[in-house]
Amino acid sequence: MFGEDGLLNELLVERFNYCVYVVLLLIGLYAMIAKNNLIKKLIGMSIFQTAIILFYVSIGVKEGGTIPIYVAEHDPHGHHAEHAAHREEANATEATEENATTAAVSNEEDHGHHAPRSLTDEETFGYANPLPHVLMLTAIVVGVATLGVALALTQRIYRAFGTIEEDDVLAAIRAEDASTVIPDLLSTKPKRVKATQRKAKKA
Amino acid sequence: MKKVALAVTLFIGALLLYAAKDFSAWGDLQSPASASPVSKHFIADTGVDTEVPNMVTAVLADYRGFDTMFETVVIFIAGIAIIAILRCTGADADSPALERESDVATEPDLIVTNTVRLLIPVIQLFAFYVLAHGHVSPGGGFQGGVIMGASFILVALAWDLPKAMERLSVDRAVMLAGVGILIYAGIGLLSMLLGGEFLDYAELSHVLPVSPEMARYHAMLGVEIGVAFTVTAVMFAIYANLSTRGRLAGGL
Amino acid sequence: MTGLALFNLFILVFMVVAAVISLRLKDLLTASVVFGIYSFLMCLLWAEMGAVDVAFTEAAVGAGVSAVFLVATVFNVKRKSSD
Repeated sequence: MFGEDGLLNELLVERFNYCVYVVLLLIGLYAMIAKNNLIKKLIGMSIFQTAIILFYVSIGVKEGGTIPIYVAEHDPHGHHAEHAAHREEANATEATEENATTAAVSNEEDHGHHAPRSLTDEETFGYANPLPHVLMLTAIVVGVATLGVALALTQRIYRAFGTIEEDDVLAAIRAEDASTVIPDLLSTKPKRVKATQRKAKKA
Repeated sequence: MKKVALAVTLFIGALLLYAAKDFSAWGDLQSPASASPVSKHFIADTGVDTEVPNMVTAVLADYRGFDTMFETVVIFIAGIAIIAILRCTGADADSPALERESDVATEPDLIVTNTVRLLIPVIQLFAFYVLAHGHVSPGGGFQGGVIMGASFILVALAWDLPKAMERLSVDRAVMLAGVGILIYAGIGLLSMLLGGEFLDYAELSHVLPVSPEMARYHAMLGVEIGVAFTVTAVMFAIYANLSTRGRLAGGL
Repeated sequence: MTGLALFNLFILVFMVVAAVISLRLKDLLTASVVFGIYSFLMCLLWAEMGAVDVAFTEAAVGAGVSAVFLVATVFNVKRKSSD
């Protein structure tokens, strides 16, 4: 399957960004599951998040497209003043030599009159897709706010247990659970006994 | 655990790579995302509808204004949540477990403080520029707010937190964050009162001496200012609580 | 391969390297700083891909504020990590 140079070529040359997004996503996911330190887990979470943002931004790219800000000739405000001056000039020349109204002048006049105009389909291909950018822009800022909440929880855990290693925290919680007897749990005890009996039978 | 994690990630990775094969090629003009009428409409008509040259700002604050408003609310809630998690009051605040070596008062470094003194006005001016110029160039409320918040964080880093809290206390920051959302929602409600729908800025042309398009342009600046208020305040509140374990005293 | 594509490739590879290093370091303060480097590389990549607003936000948020938050937390908890 990988012998065909078609697939490898497709993945590594034409879609290298997509491959890197997968790799970063996996690095983040692995860190979130396997790392023991809570701050390492959070760094993994951030990497996971930026990987997804990279994916979205990759979707918005267009071959030969520029940034999603209007270039001067499409800018609704860009050449207003210039065009107004131009128009006056054109009108003045029109008044003196009426026959000389060439197509070019009238064209330019037209353009100056309604500078903000709807772009044609071909022109829209000149700009990167703005929609993924918008979605990701807010995602980044919300992401840092949630990272802040997660870091606050980490500090709270450190205050309560004196460590931010997951194993130690879990051990401390188990020890605490074992030392406290809660009467309500008695009703669930028979089930546990049954489960252990079943295990014993199987063995 | 590590083996399970490795197996899970490799499995998901294989699935994702298998799916990546089916994505349209890099920069393809006819890919579903680029050829969709929504994206084309945003690119083609933003200039006509709103006269804003930066499409991202227009889509963010106008076409998807409702979405952005609640993103701002999420940030506000995150700020409140951090204060709720870390703030300690009463006897809890004096417990020795929270004391740190760095709480001993030290003289702030002369070189650092003087450099920061020079930098702060530039940073804040740049934040205002980013906020106000977001329609024409990259930038807007989120970026301007973060840069503004960073300038307060810089004060807290160079001196200590009380010095920064003289300028913006955490209580006031929370209030400011609420004000930001109220500005945003207020502009939305105003356009509702003027006969349009919620966040339909074109209706503001009844009270502003401009065309409906330019009303949208200016209302966008208004909501960006609201966003910047919230983001500035929340960024500073988060730093203030994280750096001092919620005690709001001493340096980093 | 054009210069731009090469630049792209360079950043993508270094980004993966930075991510792995920041997760392997045992000193959490260094890991936070390397994570800032990772964010900055990501921001460069997005700027190159035409997403200037996203890149700007990432430069301010990812490389700036979130690294500061991480450092602030590491200062208040243990600096050494077991893995």
